[in-house]
Formats: sequence, C-alpha cells, structure tokens
Amino acid sequence: MIAIVALIILLPFAAAVAGLLGSRVGWRWSAGRVGGGSRTEPRDLAAGRRAAWFAVTAAAVSTALTLWLTLRQALDLPRSVAPLRPGGSGFWGSFLPGRVEGTLTLVETGSVPISVSLRGDGLSVLTGILVVVVALAVQVYSVGYMRGDPRYPSYSAFISLFTAAMLLVVYAGDLIVLYVGWEIMGLCSYLLIGHWWEDRASSRAAVKAFLVTRLGDVGFLFGIFTLGMAAGSFQIDDVLSADIPTGTLIVATLLLLMGVAGKSAQVPLQTWLPDAMAGPTPISALIHAATMVAAGIFVVARLYPLFLGARPTLDVLAVIAAIGMLGAALAALAQDDLKRVLAYSTISQLAYMAGALAAGVGVAAHGDAGGVGRVGGDQAAIFHLLSHGAFKALLFLCAGAVIHHAGSNLMSRMGGLRTVLPVTFWTMTIGFAALIGLPPASGFFSKDAVISVIEHSNGAAQPFLYGSALLTVGVTGAYAARAWLRTFFGPIGVRPPPVPRSLSRSLPRSLPRSMVWPIVVLAVPALLFGFAWLWLTWQGGVGSGVGWGVDWGSAAVSLVVALLGAGIVYALWRSDPAQDPARLLGPFRVPCERAFYVDSAYAALVARPILRLARGVVRADAQVIDGAVRGSGRATMGLSGLVRLAQNGNAQLYVTGLVAGLLLIAVMAAVILT
Amino acid sequence: MHIVYPVVVSALLFSIGVYGVLARRNAILVLMSVELMLNAVNLNLVAFDVWLRDRLHSGQVLTLFVIVIAAAEVGLGLAIVLAVFRTRRTVDVDRLRALSEYAAEYAAETGSGGGDRDGNGGGNGGGEAAT
Repeated sequence: MIAIVALIILLPFAAAVAGLLGSRVGWRWSAGRVGGGSRTEPRDLAAGRRAAWFAVTAAAVSTALTLWLTLRQALDLPRSVAPLRPGGSGFWGSFLPGRVEGTLTLVETGSVPISVSLRGDGLSVLTGILVVVVALAVQVYSVGYMRGDPRYPSYSAFISLFTAAMLLVVYAGDLIVLYVGWEIMGLCSYLLIGHWWEDRASSRAAVKAFLVTRLGDVGFLFGIFTLGMAAGSFQIDDVLSADIPTGTLIVATLLLLMGVAGKSAQVPLQTWLPDAMAGPTPISALIHAATMVAAGIFVVARLYPLFLGARPTLDVLAVIAAIGMLGAALAALAQDDLKRVLAYSTISQLAYMAGALAAGVGVAAHGDAGGVGRVGGDQAAIFHLLSHGAFKALLFLCAGAVIHHAGSNLMSRMGGLRTVLPVTFWTMTIGFAALIGLPPASGFFSKDAVISVIEHSNGAAQPFLYGSALLTVGVTGAYAARAWLRTFFGPIGVRPPPVPRSLSRSLPRSLPRSMVWPIVVLAVPALLFGFAWLWLTWQGGVGSGVGWGVDWGSAAVSLVVALLGAGIVYALWRSDPAQDPARLLGPFRVPCERAFYVDSAYAALVARPILRLARGVVRADAQVIDGAVRGSGRATMGLSGLVRLAQNGNAQLYVTGLVAGLLLIAVMAAVILT
Repeated sequence: MHIVYPVVVSALLFSIGVYGVLARRNAILVLMSVELMLNAVNLNLVAFDVWLRDRLHSGQVLTLFVIVIAAAEVGLGLAIVLAVFRTRRTVDVDRLRALSEYAAEYAAETGSGGGDRDGNGGGNGGGEAAT
C-alpha cells in the first residue's frame, strides 16, 4: 500500500524529470539534418505536445491512484479500534480509517535520526485529492492557455515538480521529509511566478515571493529542529505523542507559525501573494488553491495537537487571522485588477482557515462539551481548505479565460461578458457563490463550519476574531458581487486593450476545449463538495458520536451579512452601472487599493535600510578592506623604490656594501663574543 | 722573525687591494687589486705555516694551489675584460651598468654624454680608448 503513496508522489516527479530532459530529445538530430539548429515554431509545438503528454498523464494517473487510495481507506472499516479525540487526528480516522505507513530508510545524523518515511492517513488523503485534482485541471488548462509558448515544456515540468513537492509535504511521515517538499515548493513557486521573466514585474514578483517565504522558512526550520530535539525524533507520530514542556512547545509552534505565515501568506508576510499575480494565470490557480498556500494550513492541521498545547501561539494566530481576513477583504474590494481581487480574496480565505485553527482551542479544551455537531478547528479549516481549493481554482481558471478574452486584467476594461462567454459566466458564478457562501455551493458549508467553530471557541482573542470574521463575510459578499457585476454585466468596457506582454502570444480568440473542460469539471466540486463532505462526515460519525451538521444559527447570521454586503454593492451598481461600486469606501478607498501601504511600509522599514546597509558594506569593502590591501601594496612599492636606488649597476658600490656589511657583522660578532 | 711583521705587511697589502677594488675604475686595475688581496692571503699562509711549524706545510702547499688558481683566474678575468672592451669600447667599471635598475637611462647616457664623464675621471687612466 505504501508503494501506492510513493507512486503518487513519484509519478509527477518522474513527469517533471521527463518533461525537462525528454521533451526535446531527438530535436538536435533533426536540427542537424535541417542544418539550422534554431528553435523553429513546429519544433516548439512538438516539444510542447510531448511535454503535455508527460505532465497530463502523470497527473491523471496520480489522481486515479489517489482516488483509489481514498476508497480503500474509506472502506477500511474497523472504526471501533481508533480512539476518537475531537480536535485530534482521530477525527480523520473516523471516516477514513485506513492508514498506510512506510519507512524507506533511516538516515543517521549523529544525534536525532531522520527517517525517510511516508504516511497516508485521512488528512493526507483528503488534502492529496485536492492537490492532484487541481494539478490535473491546471495541467489540462495550461495546454490550451500556454499554447505556443516556447518554454512550455519547462513550465509543465515545473508544475509537475510543484505537485510532487506538495504531495511530499502531504504524505510526509517525517518533519524533515516534509521540509524537503516545503522547500522544493518555494523553488517551484519562484520558477513559475517568474515564467515570463523577460517582464520586469514577473521577475521581481518571483524574487519577492522567494525571499518573503524564505524569511518564514527560516523560522519553520528552527521550529522543526526545536520539536525534533525536544521529542528526540523527527517522526511526526513521535513528535505528536512526545511529552514536550509547554515553554518549548510555545517557542516551537511560534517558529513554525513563521513558516506558515510565509507560505500561506498571512499577515506579516502576505505581501508576496498579490504580486505573484504577474505569473501565468494557471499558476495562480495552482498556488492559490492546491499547493503553496495550502501547505501552511495543512502543516498546522497536521501538527494540530501541538498547537492545541500552546495556547499563546493560537492567540497569536487568531490575531493574525483576524487582521488578515478583514484587511485583505477590504483590499480586494478596492482593486481594479481581477486577478488581484482574487489574490486578496485568497489571503482573506486563508485567514479564515487560520482563524478556525486558532479557534479550535476552546472546543478541544472542552472535549465534546459543545454538543454533538461540533467539530474541531482543524477539521473546519481543512474542510474550508478543500472547498476553497476547488472554488478558487475554478475562479482563477475562469479569470484566465476572461482575461484571455478581454485582453486585459483590469475590470474597468471588462463588462458585459455574460453573453460572450456563457460557460465561463455560469462557472464563475458558481465560484463566486461559493466564495460568498451562498447555500447550495460548497463555500456555504465550509464557511459555516469555520464561523461556527470561531463562534464557539473561548480563546482570548475570540470576540475580536468573531467580529472580524462576520465583518469579513459581509465584505467578501461585497467584493465578490462587485467583481461579478463588473466583469459580466453592465456596459461593455473600453476595449482597445494594451495587450499585456503575457498575453501577446498568439492565443486564438475563442477558448480552446482544453481550457473549457477543466473549468466545467472544477465547477462540480465547487458546487457540490459540501454535500459530499456532509455525507462523509455523517458516514464517519455514525459509530463514533462525532456527528456533524450545519449550525443553522451562525449560518443564517453569516448568510444575512453576506447578502447585505452583496446587496449594498448591487444597489450602488444599479444606480450607475458605469461607475465602480468600490466608491462606497469613500476616502478609505485609496489606502485599501494600496493594501494599507504595507508594501510601502516594508520598503521604508526593511528594504531601503537594507539597501543602504548593503551600499555601506560595499563602500566599506571597497575602501577599507580593498584599501588596506591596495595600501599595503603601494607602501611596499614605495619602500622598494627607496631600496632600488642602491641598484644603480655600479658593481663597486655593491662590493662596498658587501664589505661594509661584512665589517659590521665582524664587529658585532667581536662585541658579542667578548 | 716575529709573526707581527708579515701579518702587518699582509694586512696592508689586503687593504690596498680592497681599496683598489672599491675605488679603481679601470677593470684591469681592479683585477690587479684582487691579485693583491690574494697575495696578502698567500703571505699570511706562508707566515703562519712557518710560525706554527707545521710538519706537513699545508699552508705552503695551499699557497701553491692559490697561485695556480689565481693565474687561471687572471687569465679568465683578462679574457672577460678583453671581451667587454671589444663590445663596449671601454673598460671603465663605472660605465658598465647594464645590470642597473635604470639600465636604459644609463645606456642613453653612455651613448650621448659618456665623453664628459670620462674626462672627469681621466686621472685614473685606463678607459681612454672610448673617445
């Protein structure tokens, strides 16, 4: 069984290797025959077609294997064996009781050994489904979206590598193995965001994403070390069951939280995510839905018992989440770039998950006291992660189609696309409905779960968090409605588009079928995933006492708030469809559009002082250190000039010097000896 | 005879030789001064051999060796002087400065203003063939 898990991870990896090395095999020979050796268009297309085969086949087989593994685990029935702890990992076992584990080898390091091991339990498998399905959709979509791009083979190979890295994180049985996948993801995000590196904005965004997440990763690595040292093992099971003193636990989880904030774009380190929009749109879908940002939330859920033991960390997380969700939602409301709206919405939705995780403390502390139907924070967070993954991937892929058609990222240039792009319109409507949390869509159930958990928690920051969450629901409704209305309704936007560089590549005007199908397929889980989840939890909850339904009270409240937000925007838009409903923010609009000047603040507080410091260091290097070296050289030359005066070619002078020296030595010897 | 006399004589000879090597400008006179120094050493060798009553007379034997080698050396030295004279038309050691740091400048100097230098130091004789 563990071989299946290994295969799921290795297939995309093999596809990445094959795509990078094999796409152009034979290319040189044919080039030699033709004699040019240049990259001609048909050869690019052939290489792209081969790379697409590698990538899509691997993703499809991985998906099939994951689904089969899920079925196996769901049907693995001895439920009574696993003791259930609400809020703990036992919950996953309640409806996906199967569990596979395997260790390839144990790496002796001299102190704490590293075990190269994998594990597939309920949490892994659920997240794994999300990863492979979205990756498959993105791969298929990219075939159409990136048609004609000369670097498509490396692009698809990096997506495969990205997928493999995320799967490694998901299935890792050891913290160090998890960290390996974590870092490969950082690399891949850099490579993919900077895919169009000729564009200055793209390369800058790539570097920024890399640096910012790296900043968090430093903390993450040290958090892993702290945990490993305290537990005496890097195995996740050992770490979870180890008896770690609270102080150490708080330090370790806070360090881990740094990495989580970096990868999941939470408040102090969120700035890279909106900039990452410079990359190709399918990459945004991949990063925002399945891989990069999901990793942070996943890790917290994976190590959730540790976080439950460190209450201050959860309070910090709650504050981060509360600020992040509302701030990002407000920023989304003011953006004009459709992709940036979605990017800020991702930050906001991730903050929901973080909030659910932070709120889990109350539930867990009281066990099942909240009554049947209560879930732990991690379950709500993962549920929202899954449904968010589905609808955000859908939204991004739809946005790609819209942008493709409109030739611009700006919503002011869109409008009236409802009749032109009917399929995109309906699927994107489903996505926005899920984002707002309208009842039949998956987002309704998952957001309800999150808010219900937050409502019933008793953490220190709970009122703040709950208020923020409710407000954000309203703002989410507002910005989703605004984006929807401005994209698909109203007057047709001004469209002599200054085609962005990224789109200038010979895209056909009508959508290729490879772009339509993933959208349609993703719309199904975005709409219906909530019911599947309900069914699954109901199935799992039958024998265990952990049931779950919809918390109708909080659901009604959040629904009303969301509809209120959407309604205000609709009323504003109705009064003047040509105007941007974001004007309701009034003077507050500009700060929102600039995301509250966080970027400027970072530039002023971090980037510029560091640049100044770097310049100082360069100057010190050039003038002090190099100056010392050059100065010693010059001093030696000067002194040697003095000595060289004696070397005038007169042999008699030399002999005179010799005799004088001899005399001197003789006299000294005489003086010393007597 | 007391040992002091030959020692003083040889010291005088050696000093004259040193002076000649350091101060003379004619290469042949420098060579002769070197010979003076050698002979001072020879004198010492013979004197101390007698004074120490050496059975094997190693001092005198060594003197013979020195005389022979000195003869060969003088031959070699004169040959060098001859060769220098043939190429440079002078044997003035002051003007043979090819090994100097500023060899090029000296070469230019000897090419143009060699004559007045020669005239200044003319009292020492020897290198008059230049002009």
